[in-house]
Parts: sequence; structure tokens; C-alpha cells
Amino acid sequence: MSTIPNELSYTKEHEWVAGLEDGLTVTVGITDYAANALGDVVYVQVPEAGDTVAAGDAVGEVESTKSVSDIYSPVSGEVVETNQAVVDDPSLVNSDPYGEGWLFRVRVDGEPSDLLTAEEYATLTAGENA
Amino acid sequence: MSRHTPLYEVHQSLGATLVDFAGWLMPLRYGSESAEHTTVRTAAGLFDLSHMGEVFVTGPEAGAALDYALVGEPGALQPGRARYTMICAPDGGVLDDLIVYRLAAEEFLVVPNAANADRVAGELIKRAAPYQAEVTDRSGEYALVAVQGPRAQELLATLTDADLPGLGYYTGLPGVVAGVQALIARTGYTGEDGFELFVANADAVPVWNALTEAGARPVGLSARDTLRLEAGMPLYGNELTADRTPFDAGLGRVVKFDKKGDFVGKTALAARQSPPERLVGLVARGRRVPRHGYAVVDEAGTVVGEVTSGAPSPSLGKPIAMAYVAAAVPENGGLAVDIRGTREPVDVVDLPFYRRKK
Repeated sequence: MSTIPNELSYTKEHEWVAGLEDGLTVTVGITDYAANALGDVVYVQVPEAGDTVAAGDAVGEVESTKSVSDIYSPVSGEVVETNQAVVDDPSLVNSDPYGEGWLFRVRVDGEPSDLLTAEEYATLTAGENA
Repeated sequence: MSRHTPLYEVHQSLGATLVDFAGWLMPLRYGSESAEHTTVRTAAGLFDLSHMGEVFVTGPEAGAALDYALVGEPGALQPGRARYTMICAPDGGVLDDLIVYRLAAEEFLVVPNAANADRVAGELIKRAAPYQAEVTDRSGEYALVAVQGPRAQELLATLTDADLPGLGYYTGLPGVVAGVQALIARTGYTGEDGFELFVANADAVPVWNALTEAGARPVGLSARDTLRLEAGMPLYGNELTADRTPFDAGLGRVVKFDKKGDFVGKTALAARQSPPERLVGLVARGRRVPRHGYAVVDEAGTVVGEVTSGAPSPSLGKPIAMAYVAAAVPENGGLAVDIRGTREPVDVVDLPFYRRKK
């Protein structure tokens, strides 16, 4: 059973967003559910600091033994930081998806929309087979 | 509706991720597929391969029938010996790759891939019709469990009195394992030493449990694929298809032109020994993975081939792939794989990628 922390927001594409309540800068990663579905993550490509991203843009990719998936930016804004540790050791996405496995941080431009609550994300993933 | 092997409940209870494979619900992985891969390379892994077919060919002309039906020469095998071989269409295209065991003078076991089991059985029935031989598809009666890895013999030896050290590579003999009758074969698809155990469906769970208690760790199809890829072994549907001959795949040695009499595909294969494409190994310089269907391009950006299988290699720590490329392409020709629109440089290497230490 995958974990879905209550305090985070989510996308239908299985990213999580932290820090929205503070307004300015959010942290983005992929969910435990997605990490389980992918299997062992072997490669992570994240956007570069300074990149301008729009919500819904494919901004990176995550590869496992069996598959590759795009990472979509859940919010619009400027990338201000990326997680070099997860680039160096992609297995952090599996071992600690909501902690050390975070991917990048975005200074949010405008009000994010279309994000899901933990409860809504749990409903979404309950309907899919990992 | 996918079929279940006799070990389905065991996989469920182990929390396996189950996927449809060739019409069967099979374990993709039980936990980390990289860890499962490493288990087979360093200790002993346990596989459920019960989806594979078991077709028996018996009778006084069983050997002659198989010599006609297949590209190899099973009729020349001594009882107890096995061979890797293929069944081809009249045009030389590969219908399946097989292991054939000669169990007795007049009894052979043919093991096709799950996806091709029905077709292989049907072809064998047709091709054997003129011979005094009977073809019986008993795929539904047998389970197949493989224990693979450097510790496979040591673990299996705790469960059987069979002479395992005396059982050479590609041989098989009947024996008792964990109290049940089995065909014990020293074969596999991982590049490691190991054994495949054919048992009656009802005996699959006790044999599996005995092997896990002896220390073998369950391994799913995901690791099975990276293990066989590292070992340079072809997968039907990827490297081998009805459009490819054994020569295309670099496996022309399985075609025995010098055996007595005709065999299906002989004339066509004789004319297709210098194919326009060859199967090569690729190692990526970067970290993105060349995958099935991706184009291989030369320095000018011209498409010169296509990836048939690709995966991150746990043993090499780099992405590896097999690909068909035009025969005229030079090995050091600055090849790259087009990975979703980006040229990623690759080096052509000899197969296999991984060879176990003897």
C-alpha cells in the first residue's frame, strides 16, 4: 500500500507538491505510488535552475528498468533549485519519494490550479492498477 | 482473462507485482528488481516459468520427425542430453526458439515459449504426421521452476540425492526433489549456472517452498529480462520474429545443413545465410536507456537500425541494448540511438555483455 501524506498536493500525473501554503516556493517530487509502479528508478532528469516552466509542461523524465515516464511541472514559475543528490542516486525516488527523493523547487508564478488533495489522489490511485 | 500458474497464490502472498505476459498472470517483481538481478548473479534466484510449454514427441521415429520439423538435429542427441534449437517456417523465418531434451531413445520433450506453445505444438503435429511419432501438448500438466545462480547447485543438493555435479550443462535426468518426481535439467536463461525443474502442477508449491526454505530468493520477469539481456540471449518477439532467420540473430550455428534428409526451411535458409542486417550489442555512453523500437542512427543522422531490447544493466551499471543494424555499418562508426528525439551516443560491443566467472 503506498503512502499519501495529507499535507501535500498532487497531480493526476503522480507528482506531489509541498509548500504551497507558504505561497512562494514549492518542492516537487513523484509519489510513492508512482515510484512503486515504476520499479527501481535508474535515471532522473530534472529541469535546470533558471528554467521557466508552465504547469503541465514535460520538464524531465524518470526511467526505471522497464519503463520511462515524463515528469510534468505541477505549477508555473521559475525553477530555483534542483536535487543533485537524486540525479546522482536515482534510487532515492524509491527509498524516500517524499523526502530525499524530491526533484526540483519552483518559485510559483500565479495561483496553481487543478491540484488534487491527498484524499482526491487516493481515490484516483485506488482506481488504477500499479 | 489471464491464466494462472500453480504458483499464483504464492506470488500473491509474497506481494508480487503481477502482469499479463503471453496470456499468463506472472510476477514482474517481488520487490526491487535490481536486487533480484544481483541475487541471481551472486547467490541463487528462484523463477516460476510454468507458463512455458511442454510438448512431448514419442515413438520409434520421434527423432527423425524432429530432425525434419526443426533446424537442429535432436535425433543425434544421446538420451539425457538437451539442445537449444529453433523451429522455422518454410521461408526460414523463426517461429520459436526451443530447448529439446531427449529423455529416452523414443521420447523427447520440446519446450517452447509461452506465447508460441500452441503454434509450436500445432506445427509439430503437422510436421510429424508422416512419421511413426506422436506429438502431445502437455503444457497444462507441468509446472517449471528454475533455480539459477552460483549457489544453485549447493541449494538444490540439500533437496535431492541426484548426482548434480555429474549433471553437465544442457543435460537432464529424472530425479526426486523435495520428495516429488522431477525432470532436473541443467539449463537456464540467465547466464549463470543453474537448474530447471519440471514437475507436475500439484507438486509446484511444495518444490517452490522447499527451495525458498533452502535459501533461494524469488525473482520476477523484470530481472529475468535484464539477466538474459546481459547474457546476450535473444528473446522471441524482440530479437527473434517470423521475419528473422537464425542467421540474422547471429545464431546460424543452430541450423544443421549437414544432417540427413530435408527439414522445414532448409532451402530458404541456405539462401539467407548472409543477411542484410546483423544483431549487435550496444552500450550507451550516457544514462538514458535505448529501448525496444528506438532507431539507431549514424553520424549523419541516417537511420541504420533499430533497438530490439534495451535496459539498464545492473552488472555493468550502464544502459545496454541489442539492435539490428545494416551489415555494412562500421562498428566504430559513431553510432547513436535516437532516444525520444535526442541523439545518445552508443558503442558497439561483442555479445554477451556479461560472462560469468567459471
